[in-house]
Amino acid sequence: MALPRSFKKALWVFHVATGSCNGCDIEIIAALTPRYDAERFGIMLTGTPRHADVLLVTGPVTKPMLPRLKRIYDQTPDPKAVIVVGGCGCTGGVFYESYNVVGPVDEVIPVDIYVPGCPCRPEAIIDGVVKAVTKLETLEKAGVSG
Amino acid sequence: MSVTIAQAVWQGLVILFGGTLLGMFYKGLDRKLAAQMQGRIGPPLRQPFFDVVKLMVKENVVPDHAVGWLYNLMPLVSLASVATLLFYLPLGGYTPLLGGYGDLILILYLLAVPSLAMVVGGFAAGSPFATVGAQREMVMMMAYEFPLAITFLSIAWRLSAILPGQPVFSLTVLAANPLWGLVGPIGFIGLLLLFFALLIVTPAELAKIPFDIPEAETEIAGGILAEYSGRNLAMFYLGDAIKMVVMSSLMVALFFPYGLANVFNVAGVWGGVIDVAFFLVKVFAVIFVAVIAVRVGFARLKIGQVTRMFWLPVTGVALLGMLLLTLDRFV
Repeated sequence: MALPRSFKKALWVFHVATGSCNGCDIEIIAALTPRYDAERFGIMLTGTPRHADVLLVTGPVTKPMLPRLKRIYDQTPDPKAVIVVGGCGCTGGVFYESYNVVGPVDEVIPVDIYVPGCPCRPEAIIDGVVKAVTKLETLEKAGVSG
Repeated sequence: MSVTIAQAVWQGLVILFGGTLLGMFYKGLDRKLAAQMQGRIGPPLRQPFFDVVKLMVKENVVPDHAVGWLYNLMPLVSLASVATLLFYLPLGGYTPLLGGYGDLILILYLLAVPSLAMVVGGFAAGSPFATVGAQREMVMMMAYEFPLAITFLSIAWRLSAILPGQPVFSLTVLAANPLWGLVGPIGFIGLLLLFFALLIVTPAELAKIPFDIPEAETEIAGGILAEYSGRNLAMFYLGDAIKMVVMSSLMVALFFPYGLANVFNVAGVWGGVIDVAFFLVKVFAVIFVAVIAVRVGFARLKIGQVTRMFWLPVTGVALLGMLLLTLDRFV
């Protein structure tokens, strides 16, 4: 079943911080403020993964956050997309060989979109969220479940 | 009642469909205006429709800890009770479809059902966040139901003294005889106080900011709705949208049941159209004052602050209004 057009106009976003330094988190908040106003695209920040369509994951995955991140991913209802925000989550960044870091996010859960930057700009985050839908649609056409 | 069953079903469908559309439209307007007040552009007016369509596509998760049948039943109960309320309200000056089968007391009970359904659903979800949210919702209901009941009963009681022998609890009678012109100056002040009390109860009844503590997203992760997703969440969403229309049309029926058709001396179809349009404007005015402006202007209160506020000042104002109306009866 193809996703309805409404889907990409009503993306609800859940923010998971897996050990970030708060830099990318502030930029996510900035994307919601009046200056960038992500709500005009229907993007809303939710308080629970059950309401979310998109997971915004920031930071490298630390050991304590590993089971939690997996659980949050499982709690999010399908169809869903995962966006990694910031350099640490994409590659491990400056923490890539830290003793307490498991690795970048895509070693733990499947990632659809990478938004690099330290920290990345709010425009880039909004762009990433919109691109995530395109990704979902492509996956669906190919017959892979999101 | 001289309507046939087919007519009743047809009218019922129109009211249901229209009420839902209206609720979604007002919800879109609410989000747009709130955004404008914050200096944002805001989502398009059709945004609630996008949201609901999207939620219908999403997976409907029932958590392992949940009591499945209760958990899935409660969104239906909530939506059904709000939809039933639509049939008892004089929308746009028309006689309500089920007006002969229930009155203000029934409406008072039906208004409590969606919140109760959410409470049961929250407990059935088996999540600590949902349980905390459900407890908060119960406490809040205990807080605001008293002033709400006082307001309804005082108005009906005062009208019963003016129109002896009439079914004053019927909304049709209440809407046909607005009290403002029937009472003296003391009663007028009393009515104003009751109106003010109901104005504060409205956002609490709808669980909007500053009274959105049961759903507080930033502290208890969506509270009552924390575990709901997909179709179930969409039903609560729709129920919330319709309840906004129900609550404000109730206020319009109790306090501003005036129509414009008589003022302009227009009868027939055009009179009806004018009345419905004016009714929509009145409903919007109530939503704007009681929900949108309050939602933008205030931050979320704590549960203790809410109970104290409703039990002391708001109940006090409502009781004073009742007292003044009583005095007005004997002066």
